[in-house]
Amino acid sequence: MAILSVKGVNKRFGGLQALGDVNLDVVENTCHAIIGPNGAGKSTLLNVLVGKLIPDSGSVVFDGQSVLGRQPHEINQMGISRVFQTPEIFADLTVMENMLIPCFAKRDGAFRMHAIESVRHEKDMIEKAESMLAEVNMLDKREMTASSMSRGDKRRLEMAMCLVQEPRLLLLDEPTAGMARADTENTIELLKTIRKERGLTMAIIEHDMNVVFSLADRITVLAQGMPLVEDTPDNIKGHPKVREAYLGEAQV
Amino acid sequence: MDQIIVQILNGLDKGSAYALIALGLTLIFGTLGVVNFAHGALFMMGAFCAVVTSKILSSSHKVVDETRTDFLGNPLEVDVFYMQDWFGETAGAAIMDWAVPLAILVSIPVMILIGFIMERGLIKHFYKRPHADQILVTFGLAIVMGEVIKYYFGANPIQTPAPEALSGRVDFGVWLGYGPNAIVYPMWRLVYFFFSASIIAAVFAFLQFTTFGMVVRAGMADRETVGLLGIDIDKRFTFMFGLAAAVAGIAGVMYAPIVSPAYTMGMDWLVLSFVVVVVGGMGSLPGAVLAGFVLGIIESFASMPGVVNLLPGINQIIIYVVAIAILLIRPRGLMGRKGVMED
Amino acid sequence: MTDQTTQTPIAAASASSSKGGMFGLAAKDTTLFLVVIGLVIFAPFILNPFPEGSAMAQFNAGYPDLMQRFVIFGILAIGFNILFGLTGYLSFGHAAFLGVGSYAAIWSLKLFTLNVIPAILFAIVVGGFFAWVIGKISLKRSGIYFSILTLAFAQMSFAMAYSVLTPITGGETGLQIKNTDNPLIGGPTDGSIGRANLFGAEMGNSFELGIGNWVFTFNLGYYIAAFAMIVAFYLSIRIFRSPFGIMLRAVKSNQNRMNYTGLTPKVYTLYAFVISGMYAGLAGGLMVAMDTQVGPERMFWTASGEIVIMTILGGAGTLIGPVLGAGSIKYMENILSKINKDVLHQWFAMLPDGLEDVVVEFAYIFVGKQWHFTLGIVFMLVVIFLPGGLVEGAQRVSARFGRKKKATDTTDNSASTSAE
Repeated sequence: MAILSVKGVNKRFGGLQALGDVNLDVVENTCHAIIGPNGAGKSTLLNVLVGKLIPDSGSVVFDGQSVLGRQPHEINQMGISRVFQTPEIFADLTVMENMLIPCFAKRDGAFRMHAIESVRHEKDMIEKAESMLAEVNMLDKREMTASSMSRGDKRRLEMAMCLVQEPRLLLLDEPTAGMARADTENTIELLKTIRKERGLTMAIIEHDMNVVFSLADRITVLAQGMPLVEDTPDNIKGHPKVREAYLGEAQV
Repeated sequence: MDQIIVQILNGLDKGSAYALIALGLTLIFGTLGVVNFAHGALFMMGAFCAVVTSKILSSSHKVVDETRTDFLGNPLEVDVFYMQDWFGETAGAAIMDWAVPLAILVSIPVMILIGFIMERGLIKHFYKRPHADQILVTFGLAIVMGEVIKYYFGANPIQTPAPEALSGRVDFGVWLGYGPNAIVYPMWRLVYFFFSASIIAAVFAFLQFTTFGMVVRAGMADRETVGLLGIDIDKRFTFMFGLAAAVAGIAGVMYAPIVSPAYTMGMDWLVLSFVVVVVGGMGSLPGAVLAGFVLGIIESFASMPGVVNLLPGINQIIIYVVAIAILLIRPRGLMGRKGVMED
Repeated sequence: MTDQTTQTPIAAASASSSKGGMFGLAAKDTTLFLVVIGLVIFAPFILNPFPEGSAMAQFNAGYPDLMQRFVIFGILAIGFNILFGLTGYLSFGHAAFLGVGSYAAIWSLKLFTLNVIPAILFAIVVGGFFAWVIGKISLKRSGIYFSILTLAFAQMSFAMAYSVLTPITGGETGLQIKNTDNPLIGGPTDGSIGRANLFGAEMGNSFELGIGNWVFTFNLGYYIAAFAMIVAFYLSIRIFRSPFGIMLRAVKSNQNRMNYTGLTPKVYTLYAFVISGMYAGLAGGLMVAMDTQVGPERMFWTASGEIVIMTILGGAGTLIGPVLGAGSIKYMENILSKINKDVLHQWFAMLPDGLEDVVVEFAYIFVGKQWHFTLGIVFMLVVIFLPGGLVEGAQRVSARFGRKKKATDTTDNSASTSAE
């Protein structure tokens, strides 16, 4: 069953057709990869999904509700979390505080005036954050200031922050961009484990074919804003059109 | 109709001062990326250059005049001005009379020097720090500069007259075909307007037509790329700071006859000129000038007796009202570019 | 050690699980809170260390008027710190809330009752409401635009209080309690000028205690203001340690991530703005309760600048910093400005005459009417070298002398630089 369905989405920037008639279905408990050469409209599509851009036409329905015209925070509260290309974390705060914020957001909604309660009495939230940190092997770093960590740790923290919200759909925007080989491998492993344990639905935008083929169940190829093909990884690998548009360029 | 012209004229001199200060603020912000809360203090420094020059030029010594006696029969002591001693009666008097325009010559090197010292000694360490820190440290500097002036010149405004020849009134209406005395306007304010206009034109011409200016403009648009071209923009930007300080300084010199300089003027003008910059659009030079004149003229219209009777106090708050409205309707100001000072 | 800044709520959690504190605070916060209470209660002793009539007596700060200002400006800075220290939004218009709070309080005294409690409560409500209106509009923008908007609103309020609103504000002369006032409850019946009171006890009531050559003054007004400050300080600790406090620090750190975590940074900031407006209103109300007068200059933007300076001087984002900052500035203002040339000549009398004159001339730049010069220099030095203010300075000093705590200090420093 499709949890997210994108139908006939168009977006123009002046004379540029950034997205032309994009259709896409993300099925529950799968990992759907969106690939394509630079300027294919991947980021535009992602920004439409999270409410940062409003398309000129078409519909985006998540779990039976339209996301169009909603603010990013409302879309998150519907159950979509996003991992950014460069990790977006609360750099001045400690790892533990970074983890608690999504926990509170999940429990209390977009705003709650809990100004007199003490954080240290929020035992449930602390436990939840700790178990998530344990899952990504970061429990020993809980009192570190986030900005002082390595890039790979920041990435893991960001993922943990998204996962602790137990999202219905996790959007990943080139999660391994600019990472060292070992960090990339770790990230893939982490995502695989979490999928196995939690049954997570993911949509991923990625350049690294290694990442795509080791995670994705289905792949949509975008070229110049148009969906070229949508198929399983094995079929995509051999697809002549894809080769022409993309893989030829990447020399896979 | 003549009322409208009168109000526009009244707005011009204040508008010119706004425009000049805002121009300097924008140059500094656009080139160095620094929000300079001490810019009003530079304007004040300029005004006090006029005060100092006029004091120096009119310094005198006592001479006993043998030909005259006071009422007790003693020989009379008279003040003799050095200027008249050295250059003769008429020429000396003329020099003293023209102290304010002459102060421009003094102020340019002084202000450029102050600008250099400020940039090299303080501002340069704040390029990488948050805007809030820049605001705070220059705010502190502005307090210090104000207090230094207060220490040496006292708290009271010091009258600094314009030259005799330029301090009369112009019957402006006659020029426009109205009857005599329809529109009478102080000559010095007119001088101030034309002077400011030519300074503004000179700054724009400098940026437009010299290689130096081209690099600076390119740097304002995209600092990183220009840096990649191997051009040492930092040195040029230091010079820009000196230039901006000099512009603020001469704006202050020429304004001294209009409002007597006092140590508070730096802060008073700073708040308003910041509002002007924000209305014009952070980082836009034409925006700063346009907003300066527009706000100056709007303020003068709001001070018309008819308007004040209708809406008491409107003249005091009109600039803020306009600024708030513009910031909310056009968040980037009149001519602001995308991406300047946004999160 | 004074590392409240950096003491994270979670660290506090683990610390307190073994040894709990009082008042629902973690152990470390409890200690700090008790120290502050102690200092405030015994201020009349602590601030009067020099015997009457001695040469040093002019450095005594233990007289009611000054002590009241210490705590009232402390409240103001604590409130401002909740906004600026946590969210990083630099408001240059906080004096406006101080002003409206004062006007609200004086009207309560004039029309309702001379009891200060309703006046103070009314000031808090009006300050908060005014902050809500201004915050709602100003928070549409951020960064320097926000600063300019708040500045513009405050200047507007000042100009209006000065001119258009004269019927409400008394214009240039401001408002005082007059013998023609006729409050609803319990005004004076004999035609005298009413005095602000607390259930009959007047603010000016003092008890003087002479011990040897020392005279200590215990003033009712001071203790009321001090009580308010202790409550204000307590609430600020609670806010700092609450989920709401974490959210405010998240606003400063990364609003984008907040949005994508399903939170509304603007709403959080607005509430912080309103809370700090209420603190400012409280301070304004207390000022009126103490001296029963108000003028528009209380809202002038230099007053807003003073609040900013106090908070940053002490240490923005730290608990105790704003109180320290407010205290040191009010002390400097009152003590430095009293030092004139005669005093300086007395001090340097042992120097040879010529040298004495030079030294006095030089020293005079920094004191007397020029004390703002010293303030400006100190403020610049703090912004340049000690972005964490006096609190960071204290931490650095203790880091240098307390070697064994080295490990904790390194984390402290990294956290306090990020909290600047």
